Amino acid sequence: MKVSLNWLSEYVDIEGVEPAELAEKITRSGIEVDAVDNRSEGLKNIVVGHVLECNQHPQADKLNICVVDVGEEEPSQIICGAPNVAAGQKVIVARPGARLPGGMKIKKAKLRGEESHGMICSLQELGFDGKVVPKAYASGIYVLPEESRPGQDALGLLGLNDTVLELDLTPNRSDALSMLGVAYETAAILSKEVTLPETAHDEAAVPASDLLGLRIESPEANPLYAAKVVRNVTVGESPEWLKARLMAAGVRPHNNIVDITNYVLMEYGQPLHAFDYDRLGTKEIAVRHAAKGEVIETLDGTERSLEPHHLVITNGREPVAIAGVMGGANSEVHDGTTTVVIEAAYFSPASVRKTSRELGLRSDASTRFEKGVDPNRVVEAGERAAALMAELAGGEVLSGTVLFDELDKEPKRVAVSPDFINERLGMKIPFEEMEEILKRLKFPYEAVNGQFIIDAPTRRVDITIPEDIVEEIARLYGYDEIPATLPVTESIPGGLSPYQEKRRTVRRYLEGAGLYQAITYSLTSESESQKFALETAPVTRLLMPMSEDRSTLRQSLLPHLLAAVTYNTARQTSSVALYEVGSVFLGEGEDGLPTEVEHVAGAITGDWSGGGWQEGHKQVDFYSVKGVVEELAAKLGLSENLSFRKGEMDGLHPGRTADVLLNGQQVGVIGQLHPSEQKARDLKETIVFELNLQRLLNEDTEPLLYTPVPKFPSISRDIALVVPKAVEAATLENTIRANAGSMLKEVRIFDVYEGERMEEGMKSIAFSLTYLDPERTLTDEEVTEAHNRIVAALEAEGAQTRN
Amino acid sequence: MEQQLQQLKNEALEAIASASDVKSLNDVRVKYLGKKGPITDLLKGMGKLPAEDRPKMGALVNEVRGEVTAELESRMAALEEEAVTRKLEAESIDVTLPGTPVKTGTHHPLTRIIEEIEDFFISMGYEVAEGPEVEKDYYNFEALNLPKGHPARDMQDSFYITEDVLLRTHTSPVQARTMEAKEGKSFKIICPGKVYRRDNDDATHSHQFTQIEGLVVGENIRMSDLKGTLDRFAKKMFGEDREIRLRPSYFPFTEPSVEMDISCFKCGGSGCNVCKKTGWIEILGAGMVHPNVLRMGGYDPEVHSGFAFGMGPERIAMLKYGIEDIRHFYTDDLRFIGQFRRAEG
Repeated sequence: MKVSLNWLSEYVDIEGVEPAELAEKITRSGIEVDAVDNRSEGLKNIVVGHVLECNQHPQADKLNICVVDVGEEEPSQIICGAPNVAAGQKVIVARPGARLPGGMKIKKAKLRGEESHGMICSLQELGFDGKVVPKAYASGIYVLPEESRPGQDALGLLGLNDTVLELDLTPNRSDALSMLGVAYETAAILSKEVTLPETAHDEAAVPASDLLGLRIESPEANPLYAAKVVRNVTVGESPEWLKARLMAAGVRPHNNIVDITNYVLMEYGQPLHAFDYDRLGTKEIAVRHAAKGEVIETLDGTERSLEPHHLVITNGREPVAIAGVMGGANSEVHDGTTTVVIEAAYFSPASVRKTSRELGLRSDASTRFEKGVDPNRVVEAGERAAALMAELAGGEVLSGTVLFDELDKEPKRVAVSPDFINERLGMKIPFEEMEEILKRLKFPYEAVNGQFIIDAPTRRVDITIPEDIVEEIARLYGYDEIPATLPVTESIPGGLSPYQEKRRTVRRYLEGAGLYQAITYSLTSESESQKFALETAPVTRLLMPMSEDRSTLRQSLLPHLLAAVTYNTARQTSSVALYEVGSVFLGEGEDGLPTEVEHVAGAITGDWSGGGWQEGHKQVDFYSVKGVVEELAAKLGLSENLSFRKGEMDGLHPGRTADVLLNGQQVGVIGQLHPSEQKARDLKETIVFELNLQRLLNEDTEPLLYTPVPKFPSISRDIALVVPKAVEAATLENTIRANAGSMLKEVRIFDVYEGERMEEGMKSIAFSLTYLDPERTLTDEEVTEAHNRIVAALEAEGAQTRN
Repeated sequence: MEQQLQQLKNEALEAIASASDVKSLNDVRVKYLGKKGPITDLLKGMGKLPAEDRPKMGALVNEVRGEVTAELESRMAALEEEAVTRKLEAESIDVTLPGTPVKTGTHHPLTRIIEEIEDFFISMGYEVAEGPEVEKDYYNFEALNLPKGHPARDMQDSFYITEDVLLRTHTSPVQARTMEAKEGKSFKIICPGKVYRRDNDDATHSHQFTQIEGLVVGENIRMSDLKGTLDRFAKKMFGEDREIRLRPSYFPFTEPSVEMDISCFKCGGSGCNVCKKTGWIEILGAGMVHPNVLRMGGYDPEVHSGFAFGMGPERIAMLKYGIEDIRHFYTDDLRFIGQFRRAEG
């Protein structure tokens, strides 16, 4: 909402308050002022000129040489390129030395050999938005009224000696979508009175009802309809002050009749519509719901097909306007209009919102109806428009109002005690101060038994409950006055849940291990949504995605994580290690929502260690990442519960993929990207993992208890085996453990060799076994016995031992 | 023989003095003091001497042997020390060469901000509550005093999945769910999480972003408690000399509603480009829980009251670290994330 302070001062005394100060006060007490626009800032030496002569420039087709009286003894010669310049016009002249917006300075100049002493200006050149400039002057210079005096300050005439406040209104403050609403707010802040606009006018003897009948078929959607009839109007340009105010408010002037309806719309927040009475063609207004497929051409020249729940104004036969949204072209006021019907109505907010949404048609009118206009000012706004038409368009207002009125205009009654207000605020505002604020707000109230009984004015649709009064009192008393205290509640210890605590542990650990935390988007394309998923379920797709790339919720973190890796490697970061903790979305649970499962995933490419000047670089490989996962399990106390087996997944290397199992059930995967996947993603060798974090963190673990540090020495024995390549280390380890007895403490693989020194198809694998008895020193004999047992078992399974 | 002994001693001392390393000195030891050395020979030859000369000669030989041994030991010590010095010299390195890289990763700046906020509120007795990112319309809107058709729903265009299910547009549904779960008991929570809105991604908009909200419900919770809490928070997060101010605002789920500004941490309030010359920076929205929200959460607004606040970690991170484009948070460029590895303060 743009508020011209010149205009505002019609209703409330703001004399002596600096615009910036007023803006600050309005902002601090409830409505944010986004901008304070001093409209004459940077404008200087701009006057009215009278074009005495206008001749074509001999050297240039598109230029005119004008002789302009600018109030000096001698007229000035000014070259003008505007197509609409003509002798006899009163125009805006920027004289030599003038300043225009953007710091432009006007100097004497020579244009194609002819001197120019200044510039004849368009409104745009003075900083007006092209959208508000009257169409007649939109692509040329602006022409001032005949009575303007050469040499007169043009800024005043154009209403530019003004400041406009731009209000950023929250949805609840629709009352401030009008000058009067802003006036009430300003009056409350400054403790002033509000002066209402003049609505009195002369009336002709003829009653309006002689010319117009009214039928309302849908009173729920249209509980109030008031029509005024004005005869003998002369359609023409509005006076300069009115145009200036409209333009300051961001409204383009058309003609005096339309301008008056828009002016009153801005003044009261009450949308009005003017019909050409003769074009209505009948002597009737009938308001009803549209027939299915009924068509109307609206004022913007678009044909619109209507639905049965759209409310229309008709002439008794066909629609002449879409109620509360936009008028029809067929009944539009035009230059030859003589009799006007002014519509002032209340349309239900829900009905207007629905219609305007469905038709994709939002207007100044619909925005206000949607939020609910003041029921007590509808008829008054119609009277105000009639008065202005009498005054500015020479119209004759017929007596009376053609009226249908079933609208509830009762104010909302709110009871609230001063104690409640103070308790909620944690303050001690005296009763008298509260009374004073209610008076400033012009809220009628009574104090009964220590309670305020307030009849909230109908212009303030947002005031309905005691808490609303708390806010009104607080914001006008000043939020700065509220003391700073801390809540006094039961003392509940705060903190993270064990799950949240462990999740932080996981993050910290992964970062310590060299991975950077990524956060990627949950929405992806449907085709990528199930890629690398540990578990697939029906996808969750948006009803109306903005693009296919962001249409479906992910079931794996890896696709976006890999995209982030590619993003980095494409920017010369060749070693990338990323992890992400985030949710995947699976199918549909009982409550109609997808099951959200928190996962952790990682993607690593390039160097795993090294990179200094000392040693070589070690490229990341499957085992580096498996090590990360194993230590992650150790950090969570799950080492014993975790196991691995050869796995398979689309997009992963078939020989280098492992399923990760928790107590024998799959919770994750580790693998190297399949070469074709790597190529498609423009990556080098990349290893990934993804784990169901939720399962890992929710797994119960043994309490952490100390085991005594061994007092007796351990004994180590190595076994080197030669086995076929296909034999998995885990199988050998299982055999070792199964045959070792209770003294075996640790099995460690310290060497694996497959190479030319081996027989074709064979590999050697060496284990180091540690034996320990916490109670005593082991004897060589018993260790040898256990060891021999193990060796025998391994050999029985076909392994050859070697020395 | 005495003369012979004297000459031997001189020879030995000379050999000791000219031995340049431990090995040659050891050779000297073997040569003169060894079992086959001349001194031993002399001792062996004592038997041939007349008996009266033996004690004198024996003492003399022992004296020479003692002298040579002592000299040898002291020379040995000197040579050993020299050897250590030489070894140390040989081992010296260029300490200005860089150290072996320690590869660590780091958290995302949003996590850093969120954890900082979490930890502050945990210290004030808050729990951390979380909830689903895909929500029911009921929890996302209706339970928060935003019935279907409410004008404020315009403020947050949403990603719907069905008519009743959508990606949450704020973390407030966690508040609604928590109220249900707490069944009328007092509580203090903060709710961090991802949220989604129908926005085209650009420098200041992201269709996915994070929020962190707080909610306190109890008996006689006052607006002054909200102000005090936010004041402590602002000082913790942005510096002890920060001031806060509350401005009236509107949120459907609170009444009264406010926005909180802090005095600019860059210019201290005198006006700069960070605060757009106003001296104040908008940080968060807050208010007293709307009675309808309390009622829907199973609390009697006659007995219970509460306050709520909400803020955007992206905005806070952008202000705090001077980040100009919100998209940096979601491209996961290591050159960006890597900058947040160090401690502050």
